[in-house]
Amino acid sequence: MDQLQAYWPLYPELALVIGAMALLMLGVFRPEGEREAEVIGWLAIGVLGLAAWFVLQQPAGTQQLFGGAFVVDAFARFMKVLTFAAAAVALLLSFDYLRQAKALKFEYPVLALLATAGMGMMISANDLIALYVGLELQSLALYVMAAMRRDDVRSSEAGLKYFVLGALSSGMLLYGASLIYGFTGSTSFTSIAAAAAQPGAGQNIGLIVGLVFLLVGIAFKVSAVPFHMWTPDVYEGAPTPVTAFFASAPKVAAMALFMRVALASFAGIKPQWQQVVTALAIASMALGAFAAIGQSNIKRLLAYSAIGNIGYALIGLAAGSPEGVRGVIIYLVIYIAMTLGAFACVLAMRRSDGMVEEIDSLSGLAQNNLGMATVLAILLFSLAGIPPLAGFFAKFYVFAAAVKEGMWALAIIGVLASVVGAYYYVRIVKIMFFDEPRERFASIQPKAGLVMGVMGLYILLYVVWPAPLVEAAGTAAKSLF
Amino acid sequence: MTLAPAFFYLFAFVTVAAGFMVIAAKNPVHAVLFLILAFFNAAGLFVLLGAEFLAMILVVVYVGAVAVLFLFVVMMLDVDFAELRAGFMKNAPLGAFIGLILLAELVLVVGFQMVRPGALAAPSAPIPAPGSGITNAEAIGRVLYTKYVYYFQGAGLILLVAMIGAIVLTLRHKEGVKRQSIAAQVARGKKTAIDVVQVAPGAAIVPPARASQ
Amino acid sequence: MIYHAIVFLPILGALIAGFLGRVIGARASEIITTLFVGIAAVLSWVAFVQVGFNGETTRIPVLRWVTSGELDVSWALRIDTLTAVMLVVVNSVSFLVHLYSIGYMHEDDSRPRFFAYLSMFTFAMLALVTSDNFLQLFFGWEGVGLASYLLIGFWYLKPEANAAAIKAFVVNRVGDFGFALGILGVFAVFGSIGFDAVFRAAPGVAGKPMEFLGQQWDTLTVLCLLLFLGAMGKSAQFLLHTWLPDAMEGPTPVSALIHAATMVTAGVFMVARLSPLFEWAPIALEVVTLVGAVTAFFAATVGLVQNDIKRVVAYSTCSQLGYMFVACGIGAYSAAIFHLFTHAFFKALLFLGAGSVIHAMHHEQDMRKMGGLASKVRITWIVMLIGTLSLTGVGIPHLIGFAGFHSKDAIIEAAFAAHTPGNYAFWLLVVAAFMTAFYSWRLMFMTFHGTTRADQETYAHAHESPWVMLVPLLLLALGAVAAGFAFKTVFIGDGYKEFWRASLFEGAGNHIRHAMHEIPGWVGWAPFVAMAAGFGLSYLYYIVAPWLPALTARIFRPLYLFLLNKWYFDELYDWLFVRPAFWLGRLFWKKGDGAIIDGLGPDNVAARVLWTTGRVVKLQTGYVYHYAFAMLVGVAIIVTAFMFHDIRALFSGVMR
Repeated sequence: MDQLQAYWPLYPELALVIGAMALLMLGVFRPEGEREAEVIGWLAIGVLGLAAWFVLQQPAGTQQLFGGAFVVDAFARFMKVLTFAAAAVALLLSFDYLRQAKALKFEYPVLALLATAGMGMMISANDLIALYVGLELQSLALYVMAAMRRDDVRSSEAGLKYFVLGALSSGMLLYGASLIYGFTGSTSFTSIAAAAAQPGAGQNIGLIVGLVFLLVGIAFKVSAVPFHMWTPDVYEGAPTPVTAFFASAPKVAAMALFMRVALASFAGIKPQWQQVVTALAIASMALGAFAAIGQSNIKRLLAYSAIGNIGYALIGLAAGSPEGVRGVIIYLVIYIAMTLGAFACVLAMRRSDGMVEEIDSLSGLAQNNLGMATVLAILLFSLAGIPPLAGFFAKFYVFAAAVKEGMWALAIIGVLASVVGAYYYVRIVKIMFFDEPRERFASIQPKAGLVMGVMGLYILLYVVWPAPLVEAAGTAAKSLF
Repeated sequence: MTLAPAFFYLFAFVTVAAGFMVIAAKNPVHAVLFLILAFFNAAGLFVLLGAEFLAMILVVVYVGAVAVLFLFVVMMLDVDFAELRAGFMKNAPLGAFIGLILLAELVLVVGFQMVRPGALAAPSAPIPAPGSGITNAEAIGRVLYTKYVYYFQGAGLILLVAMIGAIVLTLRHKEGVKRQSIAAQVARGKKTAIDVVQVAPGAAIVPPARASQ
Repeated sequence: MIYHAIVFLPILGALIAGFLGRVIGARASEIITTLFVGIAAVLSWVAFVQVGFNGETTRIPVLRWVTSGELDVSWALRIDTLTAVMLVVVNSVSFLVHLYSIGYMHEDDSRPRFFAYLSMFTFAMLALVTSDNFLQLFFGWEGVGLASYLLIGFWYLKPEANAAAIKAFVVNRVGDFGFALGILGVFAVFGSIGFDAVFRAAPGVAGKPMEFLGQQWDTLTVLCLLLFLGAMGKSAQFLLHTWLPDAMEGPTPVSALIHAATMVTAGVFMVARLSPLFEWAPIALEVVTLVGAVTAFFAATVGLVQNDIKRVVAYSTCSQLGYMFVACGIGAYSAAIFHLFTHAFFKALLFLGAGSVIHAMHHEQDMRKMGGLASKVRITWIVMLIGTLSLTGVGIPHLIGFAGFHSKDAIIEAAFAAHTPGNYAFWLLVVAAFMTAFYSWRLMFMTFHGTTRADQETYAHAHESPWVMLVPLLLLALGAVAAGFAFKTVFIGDGYKEFWRASLFEGAGNHIRHAMHEIPGWVGWAPFVAMAAGFGLSYLYYIVAPWLPALTARIFRPLYLFLLNKWYFDELYDWLFVRPAFWLGRLFWKKGDGAIIDGLGPDNVAARVLWTTGRVVKLQTGYVYHYAFAMLVGVAIIVTAFMFHDIRALFSGVMR
């Protein structure tokens, strides 16, 4: 019993892994069929809920396991709940689509669970090896999910591209990790932090180069420019619900990893990584804003939107203060809500002859389906950062943190980029409300409608009661310092 | 003690050279063979470090299994590498330029840092203390399920995902393919195998399956 | 718990009727909203007794709302006597109006929407009166404004209704601008927007100067005047009053609830609530008195000649609100709230009675096409009579009378005791009382007495309203008769201290309640005489000699037109603000925005952006090795930058 007690912090991940294996057995030994696959999908959502419940049951404070390789603190708990929730919603969105695409297999929810377990390991990673194991577990499952529609050329291509580039980024990350090990003598973040805090660590160019390579590997996962190139192709090629999954949960996990690596283990050489993060943030915001304008496919557009949004979130990290981290956390929560809502809308873009992804097909949507047009408009205005919607506050918190740290120029660049970005978001609103109506979409499936409605309402009403999120994010942020 | 450094430089040089040849070789089969050469030399480096168990594992797994599998794949797939290379070579000079810059920098950075005394942190002590009489394999066995159980199980999960992925992406159940079921064959008895039919005089035998149509 | 129920039951009803109205049907929506507000009303009376007489004062936290830097705002219900009085007024009138609307709106197709709006308004008003800090006050303030906008424009197919709704919104914006500035100022000066904290710190700030618009001003005077600007807008005081008469385009129950009994009194409530601030700003209080007195007089003059039955009552409301502000301005907050309390009953009664008449006459509102209705709608006539008696303040001085008598005379006496320069407040109020009597009786006579001027068919079909409308009228009539003498003692008499306790604040130099009782005897009789004279003149004009009004109008034609056109305020504002604004807008739009800014700015920038986009999109070739190459280039750039320590110089502007 004591043994079981001792592994209490690991229970959420254990629940995910054991649940995934149980569902795998269930799927293998049950007659195959789409109904069975959907049942397994619902069970997977239940497992995610159980894991989140375990997280919420954990006592406050910091616990460590496996000689400090696995850490659970307020930050980890917050990010895990967010990740699990995002994964559950993304799973929920996927059933209807995959059934229609004849790609609903029981392996899909199993892989999603394993990927989520990997994310949990990333969030709690406090050691270079633990980091890498979690990252690979997550990534590998995602590569397979991207290629899930194996008869679809675009889906296969997306999976392959993601895999090849992901392998390259993993190589860079490992190279960085080996340099860091070489110059600090340990893989544990705690020991690395001690080494990085020594005087003169800022001049240790070997350590810095190692850190650069490590951050490059993570930047690839959050698709920060210039390591973003896979994003538009994979977003477009992968089945839409998989894209929704990619855009939500893994981003949270990777950003959490980014923050923990930067702040918990390399706090000693903060000025150095701040420069890297600042450069990534500026490049991401600029590219996200400019490249999205030229897109005609809504999934590609959302890919560039994701790139830009990661840029804004990185502003908060670049600030490197508790306020900045709090801003990033709030940003992620709101961004996840907006993204999942937007993807629910994309999934509703379905005519009798299949899915449509062209932005032009939204033309005049307000006259055909005012409800969906309204929700999408709310989400787009929020993405554009227009008050009093939640997206405005998300940007506000990170910009305010940057300004407080004296990074005026960074905040100003952020504001300018969001002005350019507003153009393409608002353009879609214009298309929906003022252009001639096209052929109607098929009626919205209840699950997508539910997600749409909940996310739209959250974004709309966030302003009414922001305190709980801000306080929880503040608590989470403090545990990193 | 000059022998060990000499072998180190030999193995290291051949590893790098073979690695270069993997991407430079025109014939893909040659490329894989160079890859195997690189593996062997890397195994040699491990031996020099005193990690003979890892060296053997590398040879057994990578050379014996992975590289051979590569060879099969390369030989069975009809990929026109020359065509692929054409687009690649067009941009090669620029790529080489960037690569050289990066290489030079890394050599400068890491090389100079290495030379500087005290720059490298003291690496962790070897797990079997020298002279303790514990072998490499035993040392790994001692920590694999204790100190490193988390990483070990995590790696196991990665392999599980890889297996699921391989099955999901490639396994196809073709319609109309007859499969052997040994259990069904063994369980087959008189009752299921033979139908005794009473034939009325002058009547024809109609198989039940046909009759039901 | 009962306070939660009081505040949140109406919004629950509103949500049900608003979102599920189509599912559950109009009848169910009506019943649910009415029932919920009814429960809230009963609980309000319970709360009134507990707080007012058993001395329970509490502050109930609901939730933490906003925390940002120094700003820490919690949503809490502030329950003291002032709140309890307002709860009773709001919920009682709201309940009766809900009930009445079931009958009045029965032909309308979108009743669920109507009742959802009504309940939503009630919630916003309750949020306003239970507010514990300025932000919450502002929330309620804007909430009632929104509900008012929606309800005035309820019949949105009518262009006048839309125009009136927009006008109400825009005029209120002017006031709210001042109000918001005032709240920001309070936060800047006190570092907090909680009532308790601000009130505690107010004496320390009194008399200290602050910089505003480049000049040195007394801090509290500036803050109070800004806040009062909000009250002027919401309570339709002189200069910001123009929206109220137009708001009569909304359904009549709405006029009764929002534009007579509750929302328009929010300004009075606010000044009373903030009495701990205003008491330290004597100049602001003088402004309040002046504005109130002028409004009372001005609105009464306009009321003399209006022909629309609802507009007469609307101007009367405007005028009575002026009385309340005079009472606030001279420090007699309890008298102001007392008048607010009684006024809610008799003015809602008059509006609903007018609604009943309009209902009977098939939506005819012009009094020139009425007359002789007393026999047709007897109950309505009786309750209107009671309302008029109450409004004009009929009663025996120093003894007993209708509700309006007690509260209005108290204000007039206090105005005398306050000794304003030349006693202007007193005299303006007495003259207004005279005019009030005149136009109120004019309304009664033109509507109910004499020979009818309605066309034959309408008159023949004029009918009494159903009981669901009459019951609220009777209940309100009860209030209009009895609310005065029943509560006089505790509101403004001997029970003052025990009743109000700390909810109203009086500065050390405020002796108005004492002085009220030491006035010459004739002062008490002055409003009585004015009232009687107004009645007599009205009787002469409209019963004895019905040809006199037309003659008077001919003789004093310019004056008549001046009053009929409401002192030409609409025309003045149109000429002063609306036209220049349109002209300026058009100038900016065509010349400024179109030619200069678009030409150089957005269009030009947009072209640059598109050009950049074209370049960026070209990078995305689709080849994996290009992507890998991009990653390597990124790494190379970062490492190179670190190599040469140039990156710090490169981003030095960005970093610090």
